[in-house]
Amino acid sequence: MKINVKINHKEMELEVGCDEFLVDVLRKYGFLSVKKGCDTGSCGLCTVWIDEIPVLSCATLAPTVNGKNITTIEGVQEEARDFAEFLVKEGAEQCGFCSPGFIMTVLAMKKELKNPTEEEIVHYLTGNLCRCTGYVGQLRAVKKYMGVS
Amino acid sequence: MKVVNKPISKIDGMDIATGKPVYTDDLNINNNALVLKILRSPHAFAKIKSIDSSIAQKVPGVECILTYKDVPKARFTLAGQSYPEPSPYDRLILDEYVRYVGDEVAIVAAKDERTAIKAMNLIKVDYEVLHPILDFEKAEGHQSMVHPEDDLHVNFDIGINKEKNIASSCKIEHGNMEKALEESDIVLEKTYYTQAQAHAMMETYRSLTYMDHTGRLTIVSSTQIPFHVRRIVARALEIPKSKIRVIKPRIGGGFGGKQTAAVEIFTGLVTLKTGKPSKIIYDRKETFGCTTSRHAMKIKVKLGADKEGNIKAVDILSLSDTGAYGEHAPTVFAVVGYKTLPLYNQAKAVRYMGNAVYTNKMPAGALRGYGATQGTFALESAMNELAVKLNIDPTELRQKNIIKQGEANPVLGSTKEGQPVVLASSTLDKCIERGKELIRWDEKYPRKVMSDNKVRGIGMAITMQGSGIAGIDTASAVVKLNDDGFYTLFVGATDMGTGSDTILAQMAAEILETSMGKIIVHSADTDISPYDTGSYASSTTYVTGNAVIKACEDIKNKIIENGAKLLGVDEKEVIFDGECLKTIDEKAALSLDEMAQRFISGEGKNQLMGTGTFGGDTSPPPFIAGFAEVEVDKETGKIELIDYVAAVDCGTVINPNLARIQVEGGLVQGIGMAMYEDVVYSQEGKQITNTFMQYKIPCRKDVGKINVDFVSSYEPTGPFGAKSVGEVVINTPSPAIAHAVYNAVGVNVRALPITPEKVLKGIMSK
Repeated sequence: MKINVKINHKEMELEVGCDEFLVDVLRKYGFLSVKKGCDTGSCGLCTVWIDEIPVLSCATLAPTVNGKNITTIEGVQEEARDFAEFLVKEGAEQCGFCSPGFIMTVLAMKKELKNPTEEEIVHYLTGNLCRCTGYVGQLRAVKKYMGVS
Repeated sequence: MKVVNKPISKIDGMDIATGKPVYTDDLNINNNALVLKILRSPHAFAKIKSIDSSIAQKVPGVECILTYKDVPKARFTLAGQSYPEPSPYDRLILDEYVRYVGDEVAIVAAKDERTAIKAMNLIKVDYEVLHPILDFEKAEGHQSMVHPEDDLHVNFDIGINKEKNIASSCKIEHGNMEKALEESDIVLEKTYYTQAQAHAMMETYRSLTYMDHTGRLTIVSSTQIPFHVRRIVARALEIPKSKIRVIKPRIGGGFGGKQTAAVEIFTGLVTLKTGKPSKIIYDRKETFGCTTSRHAMKIKVKLGADKEGNIKAVDILSLSDTGAYGEHAPTVFAVVGYKTLPLYNQAKAVRYMGNAVYTNKMPAGALRGYGATQGTFALESAMNELAVKLNIDPTELRQKNIIKQGEANPVLGSTKEGQPVVLASSTLDKCIERGKELIRWDEKYPRKVMSDNKVRGIGMAITMQGSGIAGIDTASAVVKLNDDGFYTLFVGATDMGTGSDTILAQMAAEILETSMGKIIVHSADTDISPYDTGSYASSTTYVTGNAVIKACEDIKNKIIENGAKLLGVDEKEVIFDGECLKTIDEKAALSLDEMAQRFISGEGKNQLMGTGTFGGDTSPPPFIAGFAEVEVDKETGKIELIDYVAAVDCGTVINPNLARIQVEGGLVQGIGMAMYEDVVYSQEGKQITNTFMQYKIPCRKDVGKINVDFVSSYEPTGPFGAKSVGEVVINTPSPAIAHAVYNAVGVNVRALPITPEKVLKGIMSK
């Protein structure tokens, strides 16, 4: 079936299977920043925004996004780089495979939370797994980025 | 030092963080690769009676279906080790026998995933189901034989006895054990169990393969061991090594999992058979269930000591579960002994022995820590129990007995048995002191009652690892001066995210007295890169780093020699400062840029390249003292990790930020093993923890405060005094947390993971 969406502010018509997940469609159409890590909605690697809200694209059926705005990290490169500077300064990107999904969640958090506590930050980001860094370096970066360190 | 020991950002950091397409599956540029799926065994042990893929072959879009009848018959090992590998050659690409639930039965290649899955479901297989071995303690002498084949091959004696399901055996012994035990006032004997652990790297296993313009097989793979992959694939596919090229792009985590060539043979075979590009991407369930995990072990420790706490004897008997195939079986097994026995240098006698056995479960393989992790849990837990028996502070027990800088030990170094190696660098004693301070040991030990049901306890453990494999593993580096006055550094090592490309560039920049921006790192492509055994065994900083230094010194000498020629003076009369070559009297000078252009031009006719190769005669150990503070709920057994402190001796720290993240990440992986992670099988041998829903790696909320400090030493054989840091970091959490739980509620959990159920059972049975 065909769906019409806006991806990173650009109108697109996509051919999707009715049982196809958004993550696979996005990768098929060249949005290769979107990574798959688990197939069970557990790891957060595939996080993109639908109408500005972070969602797991591996658990979103592609036909359900018809008419919606989708944002991947390719669409917010400037903001992503602003945060990535902090992350990279800490060395907390490590393998980087979880970073695009993680950064999409961090950017969404910045819009949603004002002056969050450490606990609120950890809670917001809990769905984004990382096996390399042990999280504490990422937390240092997030706190500096949010200006709450 | 200007560049080394500085917190420089990773050279690939911004691009990988912001989602640039740089990983294996992003590089499938033509988007026309055949997609592979693998039909897997539903049985833990069976013989294929018949297999019929005729209907599946007719599905439109199916390119080929391969069964055991269609594949080469040379046995091999998937273990990524230097040739001749110590792991047994006990595998075929597809075998008549299937040895665990998930073992490969058929390879299906189709135009897309949907078609491949449809065809896979139409293959009919008739099995003769055999009696599986699921309990590794019953493997030896079991009625079933996991490997009945006659052509199983070993490159040298590893103590294999396949009739008894023993994949390998090992014995390390020094001193008179019986006498040492007799002379001990106290003998403590306890048995510990460590579970299988999954790597759970975020990027699952994947490989993309195509034929190039000269008919050579090109493999793009997420691997830690490009050179070993080339050799393994050549053997398995029975084609010359010269016909294979392996390219390693960015890697989404490895942790030793990608030291085993799990997937490259499948795409390689399909591309060879069809001439078409092919790719395979393991989903999370296959990654959990059809690759490798950490070797589960049963480890019995016997310690002898006098009343003052002087350790006389350390005797360890171990049994390792290698699963269906012997990947890394002998080496992981030996490392349990080699990386624990040297710790307590005052012992008069030490012994380590036992077997690694075959079972009908997913094979075990390399995983960060590689046996040292298992051994550390057992030995350090036993030491903590001994401290209780002796009524001595466990930190004091360590200080009394540990190996110190300048002391020799017969097991250290692990290559030439009986020839004691001197420990050239160690601040382990200071690490213990520093860790005690940071966790406030004297104030908190052993426990603090917080409320009616909550108690906090603290615990500790020490550990060591190595830096590369002495006498076996080597690395080479090549540095090229480009015509515009910058350098390309070629290495064969794999940066899995650790930042090794960056720290190697730092070392190069330091030697060449230039900036990071002038060093381009190329790694790794087997057609281009100099040989490197791979990124494992904590080798990249130490082994490849030393090679980089040699290569850079080599090219520096060549720049001076050739630059002096351009100036028409003797090379003793010039000074090179990295940017400029000047005569000592400063009358003549040449910039690097100008020299580079003139060297390569018709005038110089000389492409300058520096080369360096290094292999360690010893494997200098890094050390850690780890300290845990936990809060235990006496009513539920729930354990909360409050604080974890690690004081680390990894020699000179090449990059403090990257080293710190390595430590923090490794500690959390160790905390996962200590408290949450467990590869569990059903009674029929099916793995039931094969998603992140069932297999719990730590999330952000599971990590308490983590506090890392470096207590530097100077390793004389290391690059700028450095030792490794990648693996040693995972070893202390299990014994330290077990100890903290004991100090809180008096329960010794001797089988990992330390779950609330086990703690509560312990509390209730008191």
